[in-house]
Amino acid sequence: MSAATPKGVLITPIFKNNPIALQILGICSALAVTSSMSVSLVMSLAVIAVTAFSNLFVSLIRKHIPSSIRIIVQMTIIASLVIVVDQVLKAYAYEMSKQLSVFVGLIITNCIVMGRAEAFAMQNGPVLSFLDGVGNGLGYGVILMIVGFFRELLGSGSVFGMTVLTPVQDGGWYVTNGLMLLPPSAFFVIGLFIWVLRSVQPEQIEENEFKMKENTKPKEAV
Amino acid sequence: MLEHYLSLFVAAVFVENMALAFFLGMCTFLAVSKKVSSAIGLGVAVIAVLAITVPVNNLILTYLLEEGALAWTGISGAENIDLSFLGLLSYIGVIAALVQILEMFLDKFVPSLYNALGVFLPLITVNCAILGGTLFMVERNYNFGESVVYGAGAGMGWALAIAALAGIREKLKYSDVPAGLQGLGITFITVGLMSLGFMSFSGIQL
Repeated sequence: MSAATPKGVLITPIFKNNPIALQILGICSALAVTSSMSVSLVMSLAVIAVTAFSNLFVSLIRKHIPSSIRIIVQMTIIASLVIVVDQVLKAYAYEMSKQLSVFVGLIITNCIVMGRAEAFAMQNGPVLSFLDGVGNGLGYGVILMIVGFFRELLGSGSVFGMTVLTPVQDGGWYVTNGLMLLPPSAFFVIGLFIWVLRSVQPEQIEENEFKMKENTKPKEAV
Repeated sequence: MLEHYLSLFVAAVFVENMALAFFLGMCTFLAVSKKVSSAIGLGVAVIAVLAITVPVNNLILTYLLEEGALAWTGISGAENIDLSFLGLLSYIGVIAALVQILEMFLDKFVPSLYNALGVFLPLITVNCAILGGTLFMVERNYNFGESVVYGAGAGMGWALAIAALAGIREKLKYSDVPAGLQGLGITFITVGLMSLGFMSFSGIQL
C-alpha cells in the first residue's frame, strides 16, 4: 500500500483494486443476495458500515492489542458491529432482514472486513482506516449493484422493483429470463464482469501455467 | 424417525449444497481448489468442524441463549432472560475455540492427520460455511439430533463440491482460455455450470 493518501485509499478499491473482482474476497454473500437491486443495496450499505467502523475501532486500539490475540479481538469488534446492524435491520426493515436471512450474520466471516482490519487498520491511523473501510465497502457495493442490476433487469424486467421491460405475463413483450433469478447466474455475471475488467486493465490478467502452442496451420502440416 | 434423519442428510448434501446452492465458503472454495489433494484435505477438515460446531452451538442456543433457556439454573427470574441477541458473538467464539481445540487434539493424538490438514484448520474459522451451518440450524429450529445430522451432511456436501471443482480445474489448466478469462474468470463460470447441475436435485422430495 504505497498510496496512503485519503483520496487514494477511498478510490483505489472501487475499480483498480476491487476486493471482489481482484482479491477474491467476500464472494459468498455477494452471490446470494443479488437477485434484486434493493436487497443488494441494503446488503452493500450494511457491509460499508461494518467495514468502515471495524477499521476505525481496530485502528483506534491497534497499539493496545497484543499481537497473539489480535484475531480474536478483531473478531469480537466485527461481531459486535454486525449484531448492531442486524438489530437495526430487524427493527426498521423487518421484511428486508427476512429476505437477507442469514447473510447479515455472515458479514462476520466476510473476508473483506477481516482482511482490511488485519492488513490496513493495524498499521494506519483511524481516519485513513475509516476511509479505507468505506472505499473497500464501496468496491464491494459496486459489484453487488452491477450484478444485481443485470440479474433483476434480465430476470424480472425491472430495476429497483420498477418495471422497465414489461414482461409477457403483464401484456408486454419481454420474455423474462428465469435463469437470471437462479443462483448460478450470479457466477456467470461475475465471471463475465471479471473478463471485462481485465480486458480494460490487461496488467491484471493471470499468467497461464501451461502455455498452449500455436496450432499447426493446415498448410504447414501438408 | 430414521427416515427423517436420512432425508435431512441427503437434502443437506445434495439439495441444499452449502457451496453450490448457498455459495457459502466461497473464498476458500475458489482459493484452495487448484489441486485435488489439498481440496480433499480441506474438505475433510470442514466435515469435521461442521459436524462438531453445529451441535455444540445448538446446545449453547438451547441451554444459554434462547428465551427462558436459563430456567435450568433455578435462579428466580432467569426464565425471563432472552440472550438471543448475543447469538452471533457466541457462535463465532465457539467456532474459533473449537477449531483451536481440534487443532491441539489432532496435534497430540493424530499427528498424521494434523500434518495432512496443516494450514487448513485455522483457515476454517473464517470460512462462512461453518458459521452459515450454525445460522441455518438456528433459523430452521433443528433439535440436537437433527443438528448433528445436518452438520455432517452439510460438511460432506461442501467437501464433495470442492473435490469436484478441483478435479475440473486440474484438467482445465491445460485448455486454451481467452486471456482475460484465465484463472479466476473461468473458475467462476465453471462453478456456475456445476451449480446449474446441482440445481437438478432441487425438485426432489424426500
